[in-house]
Amino acid sequence: MAFDVIVNALKTKFADLATSEFRDNRRIVVKPAQLFDVLTSLKTEHGFDMLFEMTAADYLKYPNATDRFGVVYGLLSTASGERVYVKTWLNEPELTLPSAFPLWKGADWLEREVYDMYGIIFDGHPDLRRILMPEAFTSFPLRKDYPLRGRGERHNFPVITRAES
Amino acid sequence: MPLEALQTLPQGPEQDYLWTLNFGPQHPATHTTLRLILTLDGETVIKAVPDIGFLHSGFEKLGEDLDFNQYVTIVDRMNYISPIMNEIAWHHVVEKLMGIELTKRCKYIRTILSELARISDHLLCTGAQALDLGAFTAFLYGFNQREVIYDIYETISGQRFHPSYTRVGGLLYDVTDEFVRKVRTFVKEFPKTHADMCRLLNRNRIFLERTQGIGVLSKEMAIDLSCTGPIARASGVVRDLRKDEPYLAFPELQGAFKVVCSTDGDSYSRYQVRMEEMLESLKIIDAAIENLPAGPVNVDVNSKAVFPDQTSVYRSIESMIQHFELVMPNRQWTPPVDEVYGAIESPAGELGFYIVSDGTGVAYRARTRPPSFIHFAVFPYLIEGHQLSDVVSVLGSLNIIAAELDR
Repeated sequence: MAFDVIVNALKTKFADLATSEFRDNRRIVVKPAQLFDVLTSLKTEHGFDMLFEMTAADYLKYPNATDRFGVVYGLLSTASGERVYVKTWLNEPELTLPSAFPLWKGADWLEREVYDMYGIIFDGHPDLRRILMPEAFTSFPLRKDYPLRGRGERHNFPVITRAES
Repeated sequence: MPLEALQTLPQGPEQDYLWTLNFGPQHPATHTTLRLILTLDGETVIKAVPDIGFLHSGFEKLGEDLDFNQYVTIVDRMNYISPIMNEIAWHHVVEKLMGIELTKRCKYIRTILSELARISDHLLCTGAQALDLGAFTAFLYGFNQREVIYDIYETISGQRFHPSYTRVGGLLYDVTDEFVRKVRTFVKEFPKTHADMCRLLNRNRIFLERTQGIGVLSKEMAIDLSCTGPIARASGVVRDLRKDEPYLAFPELQGAFKVVCSTDGDSYSRYQVRMEEMLESLKIIDAAIENLPAGPVNVDVNSKAVFPDQTSVYRSIESMIQHFELVMPNRQWTPPVDEVYGAIESPAGELGFYIVSDGTGVAYRARTRPPSFIHFAVFPYLIEGHQLSDVVSVLGSLNIIAAELDR
């Protein structure tokens, strides 16, 4: 199914959809409120049965960016081999998106990683906690306001003496 | 804490016999640093909760600081079983972003190297899977041939393990005749090792009983859980990026190989898919090395993507200026201000990068789609209801590389 057909079908159901294209990546840009319905529609009506990639980026220092976070879902139809990317923009303080876990079980760890690195909350995720960073870590390391060379977490680690251990 | 996740299990006096076992982070059968919290009923695994992040070293953050050529030394260290595959994947996506079309010779050399990497990865994976189940010899046979592959890496780049061989728009050096000779010898001698390993394992009763019917992944689950590569193909998902979205020299080598699939989806079929894929890779290498085109390995110097050669840098002002432009951190390449996802078929599955570019020589965001990470999430579904001793059988068949898992 061609990309235009999918977009036209989606546009009849959802009002303000935008699209963009670069190389072979074809993106549908949606509002966070529509995201879950668009994903559901793509899965059930257009046969995108695999969530092959999901990630986010912080556009804090990006030239001419108006929004803070972009979250990208990469969908693949294993039958036709077609890929489509769904992108949505988020701004502080409303960093909440509906979880895609009810649609694809593969979203489980991918969403946990995005939460871990960017602090974006996925509503309805069964087990949303940090996955790569330690549980007690307080910041979100891939945000652009987090420095590359440490903020001093290591110096603040509690020191355990021999007597306490 | 992961332990909180276990609280959802039935509690109460009748459940007192459930016990918890920490598997890893340091355990001979995990091979790398990862941890499993297993809830056991006798020897049956009721629930497995993976706990990862022990090797997290901020690779993606570093990707936002190092330029497109420098970051290749970091991606090398992701899947260190087949390092050159990561390099090829990284520069494949960078070149897709910049719109660079490689020279024919470069495409062929990269194809040969990526298939060598696939063989070396599969040799370790199948060997280690057998090793965990007690078959040591097959592992050693596999490692002999892995040494030969490392020798080939050393011939081309001077480094055995982390060659850092690809560059934007080409390669570090052109290959020599010795490379061709060594690859030809490998193509000739590898089938014997492969046959030896097959004879040791394919009808080995212990190996069969410990892998057949263990960790069955259905086709629907494989798709739902985003599986790719040999794991998905062993479950009947007929998908291989080399066929479906051919890159490098694969459009011209379509006739040289077939996609290996199975329908059982158990540990044994994952083993079998890997074993057969090695032979297909060998056919690709054979076809590519015999048809290796002549010509330059780097794209045209006027594209301003590659360094001019040393002599012209010393002898002409234009080349010197161009060298300077590419070396200085505030100049370098000027890719389009956009974002792109690209992927290649790595031995573990689809290895992709998502690059957001702000028009400078450094990626604004360099996301890796790590196949190990996605496949390890499948593990709890596979192990439920199996015996404790099957943990190593399933783990070995998933080919989890912790450096790629945690990045």
